[in-house]
Formats: sequence, structure tokens, C-alpha cells
Amino acid sequence: MAATCGRSVIHVEHIRKSYGTLRAVDEISLDVYEGEIFGLIGPNGAGKTTTMECVEGIRTPDSGTITVLGLDPFRDVYQLQERIGVQLQQAQLQKRIKVWEAVHLWASLYKRKTASGEQLLEQLGLADKRDAWFMTLSGGQKQRLFIALALINDPEVVFLDELTTGLDPQARRAIWDLVRGIRDRGKTVFMTTHLMEEAERLCDRVAIIERGRIIDVDTPERLVVKNCPQRTVVLATDDSGAAEAFGRIPRLDSVTRADARFMLHGSGEEFVTDVIQCLSDNHVRVTDFRTVLPTLEDVFLKLTGHSIRE
Amino acid sequence: MPLSTRGLFALTWLETKIFLREPLGAIGSMVVPVLAFLVLGRALPRTVPLTATPYAGLLAPGGVPVLVSILIANSAVLSLVAIISIYREGGILKRLRATPLRPPTILTAHVLVKLLLTAVTMALMTLVGRRYFSPGVDVPVISFAIALLIGTWSILSIGFVIASIVPTARFAQPIGAFILYPMIGLSGLFAPLSAFPPALRTVARLLPMTYVVSLLGGIWRGEGWLAHLGDIGALVVAFVVCTALSSRVFRWE
Ligand SMILES: Nc1ncnc2c1ncn2[C@@H]1O[C@H](COP(=O)(O)OP(=O)(O)OP(=O)(O)O)[C@@H](O)[C@H]1O
Ligand SMILES: [Mg+2]
Repeated sequence: MAATCGRSVIHVEHIRKSYGTLRAVDEISLDVYEGEIFGLIGPNGAGKTTTMECVEGIRTPDSGTITVLGLDPFRDVYQLQERIGVQLQQAQLQKRIKVWEAVHLWASLYKRKTASGEQLLEQLGLADKRDAWFMTLSGGQKQRLFIALALINDPEVVFLDELTTGLDPQARRAIWDLVRGIRDRGKTVFMTTHLMEEAERLCDRVAIIERGRIIDVDTPERLVVKNCPQRTVVLATDDSGAAEAFGRIPRLDSVTRADARFMLHGSGEEFVTDVIQCLSDNHVRVTDFRTVLPTLEDVFLKLTGHSIRE
Repeated sequence: MPLSTRGLFALTWLETKIFLREPLGAIGSMVVPVLAFLVLGRALPRTVPLTATPYAGLLAPGGVPVLVSILIANSAVLSLVAIISIYREGGILKRLRATPLRPPTILTAHVLVKLLLTAVTMALMTLVGRRYFSPGVDVPVISFAIALLIGTWSILSIGFVIASIVPTARFAQPIGAFILYPMIGLSGLFAPLSAFPPALRTVARLLPMTYVVSLLGGIWRGEGWLAHLGDIGALVVAFVVCTALSSRVFRWE
């Protein structure tokens, strides 16, 4: 994992973009480093797509500067397109274009040596659809075709906007593996998602964006530690003295109980150890024990005051 | 912005195949004008002597072929407008733009497809016409075809201006027809320009369709290219103006 040690391949400084009176992107700055998977997460309309499309050179920000692979996405757009791969959130192809025709066309557009289209189709589970018209593909198959097109020129930076929207869990996992594979070959991935699980499992770093502003940027783990120190232990016991013993656990915030089931809420990394210590000191027999750690979802809730799904 | 040929022929060939896969579109734009040619050709008298018609009117020799050719060019333009607006609405143009393809290359591919279509329809019309409706005189078919391609190429650029202003794909055909058919009405095909009131005559002189009709009619009657340099010049000017205009107002999404 490269995290923050590589060279900056995407540098965004104070960009703004308005549509009429709406500030879609309001003073965003960020850096994406070579070899990392960087995710933008945020609710609908937060400005993820707008930011990403400015970086890809297909929209122009009102102000601010962007550098991608040392190039200006506006001035050097064709040079840049040679070296990046783009999957757009909302795109279609010609209704009656065949899958293999799309892949061949794309392969013919780049000067650099391209990846094997047939191999990509194989990897993405589209080999048996190579002769199908685009309009006959299912949503997930279209999505996978767009991912194939984004990878056809063996790009140095890959942009994936909502890459697993509409995919079934199995296909989603396959795509995650594929994206990790891209990173492991030294490429950089810039993606957006509103699936917290996806961001947590896939991204080396994430930026949380809301109403056109970045609220925080870090690794998913550090975001959780920093913003949500609370820990919850769920356990089941018949021991009558348990409730009283739990009261002596340091850093315990609250206990909720349903019959033999206890939920102990505390904070700090030591909390789980303290609970185990208490159980062992008091010889409490438990029939179930698990810890619930906060997730990016909780971080999001904490930072924005609402859930990403609202 | 320079036109790049990388991907141009691949895209043109692909778009041609895709166009032919939609049976209604292909039949509509190729077969209908040919049928119109046959029906009109049989219905209208062909006895008006050449010298009696000072203009390339509908009843003059060549009137019907010129009208049908205009219809061919017209349907090419309407089809271009429809395709461009559908591609824009569906995000296809945007997806193509996020590649090293240059915008003029994408649009030129569509122009080439339409010119190809026009040429094939013209060839069909000639074949059918030779068999069922002899024009009577020796028509310079090759020159006529070239004239038609020049005319189509020029008014396709109007198609891009129209495609830039239509709000949604649904309105593409009606708006296109609304602009093109009056142009045909004023083109001198149905009444000579000299019969128009002065204001209307000026308008007609500003419309490229008028020059297409004049060029096609002249070539059909066997006049030389030199006699029609003015028409060709006007069509080139129309192309340059419309292309410049659409490159300013064209929307990709
Ligand atoms: N072309 C446009 N014209 C007008 N407004 C736009 C345009 N594109 C985006 N917007 C507005 O800008 C804001 C940000 O949109 P954007 O697509 O960047 O959000 P997003 O974070 O990608 O959302 P989602 O999760 O739904 O994809 C939204 O309020 C949207 O309505
Ligand atoms: Mg989006």
C-alpha cells in the first residue's frame, strides 16, 4: 500500500465549479499519489462526479488548477486521454454496437500499445457476450463493458465513477479484485462510491465530500480511529453478578441489556481489553462474545450529521 | 482544432454498420426517396420542352430527379440531426470524447456515413430510373452524383447547427423538418425565384438549398461545372459559416 509515500499524480488546487447559482464544487483541493486507490465518498449531489470530470478534462472548473501526470487536463487533453482510462457514471454506447466492436474501436483509438481486448472481456465475464448488441446487455454487463473500455489502453491512472453501481455482490467482488490488481501493477485509481463498504475494503485513502467541500481525507482506518473512538462489546451471560461487575469497567459509557444479552458501550482502543479483563477477574461465563467496531458509515454520520443514504 | 484521422475510418465504418442494423432508418432514408422518384416520375408529364422552362422547375426536364435528390439530401440531414441528438442525450458523445478522439473526428465520421448513404441511394435511384423511367436525354449521372454529394455535404453543416440547438432528441426531427422544408419551398424548385416578391427573393438567395437546386438542375441539363462555380462557391461559404457557427454553439452533453 502506497498511502502517502508516492509521487503525486493528481494535484487539485482550490477548484470551483458552479451551475447557475448552485456551487457544485466549492474550493476543493486534493492529491492522489502514485499506486494508491483513492476514493471520493459522499451523498448524491455532493460534487463527486463534477470534481472527477474536471480532473478527466471533460469539464472545465471555473477557477483553480489541476495537474494530472504533469499535464493540464484542459490544455493537454489529448495527451492526457492517451494515458488515462475513464469510466463515466452515466454513459451509453450506440444501441446496436456489438461488445467486441466497442472494444476494438477503443483499442484503435490509442497510440500506445493497448491491453488485449479479448482477455479483458474474459476477465470481466463478458466473453460469451462479445457478439451481443449493447442494448441487449443487462445493467451490470454494460457496467463491466465500460470498465473494460476504461482499461483498454493500459492506463496509468484509472477513473472509476460509481464503478459497482448495479452489480450483484459476486460481480462486485470480482470488480474489487480487478481494481486491486490494477493498483498492484503500480497504476493509480481515482474512484467515487457511495458504498461505505466498498470504500472501506478497496480504498487506500478516502476523501469525504459534502456540498462541494472536502470534510476530511485519510485512510479508512485512521478516519474511524480519529472520528469514532467508541467500541461496543456484545455478550451473553447468565451470571447474576455480571451487571454489577461491568459497572467497574473503566471508560465504560453505557450498558444496554435485553435478558441475558448485554451491550457494553465504551471508548478508546483499550476498551475491549478492559472488558475481557473484567470477565476474567470476575469469572463470568459467557455464551457469546463479539465486538462491534465503528465503520466509515459511522464516521460519515458523525462528520455530516446524517447518513449517506438520506 | 486539427482533424485527426486516427479512428476516423474505424468509426465511420462502425457507424455505417450500426446504421444499417436499424432496418426502419435504413429503409426510410434509402427506399422512400427512390419510391417517390418512381411515383412522381410516372405521374408528371414529361412533354415540356427544354427551352420552354427558364428555370429548373418541377415540370422541367430533371425537375423530378432534382426534387428527389433534394429529398435524399434532406433525409440525410434529418437523420444526422436525430443521431447527434440521441447520442448527446444518451451520453454517447460524452463517452467518445473521453478518449483521444478529437471532436471534429467524431462529427466527420457521421458526415461520411451520411454522404455514403446519399451516394448509395443515388445509385439505387439511377438503377431503378434507368429501368422504369428513362429520363429521355443523356444525363451526366456521375457529375450529377458529385453535385449531389457537394450539396449534401454543405447542408449537413446546417444539420450540425440544428443539432446544436435542439433541446432533446424528441424534438430533433420536427425542428429539423421545420427548418429544412421551407428552405426547399423557397429553393426555386416549385416556382422561379423571379416570381417571388423581392424580400422573399433575398431570403431565398441566402439559403444554401437554392444553390443546391440550381447546381443539380444545371448539371442535369448538361451545363458545365464552370457555369455553376457561383453555386459551388455559395455552398462552400454556407459550409464554412455553419461549421464555424456550430463549433461555437455545439453542446456535447
Ligand atoms: N450539467 C449540470 N448542470 C446543472 N447542474 C449540474 C450539472 N451536473 C451536476 N449538477 C449539479 O451539481 C451538483 C453536483 O453533482 P454531481 O454529479 O457532481 O454529484 P455527485 O456527487 O456525483 O452525485 P451522485 O452521487 O448522485 O452521483 C448536483 O446538485 C447536480 O444537480
Ligand atoms: Mg456522481
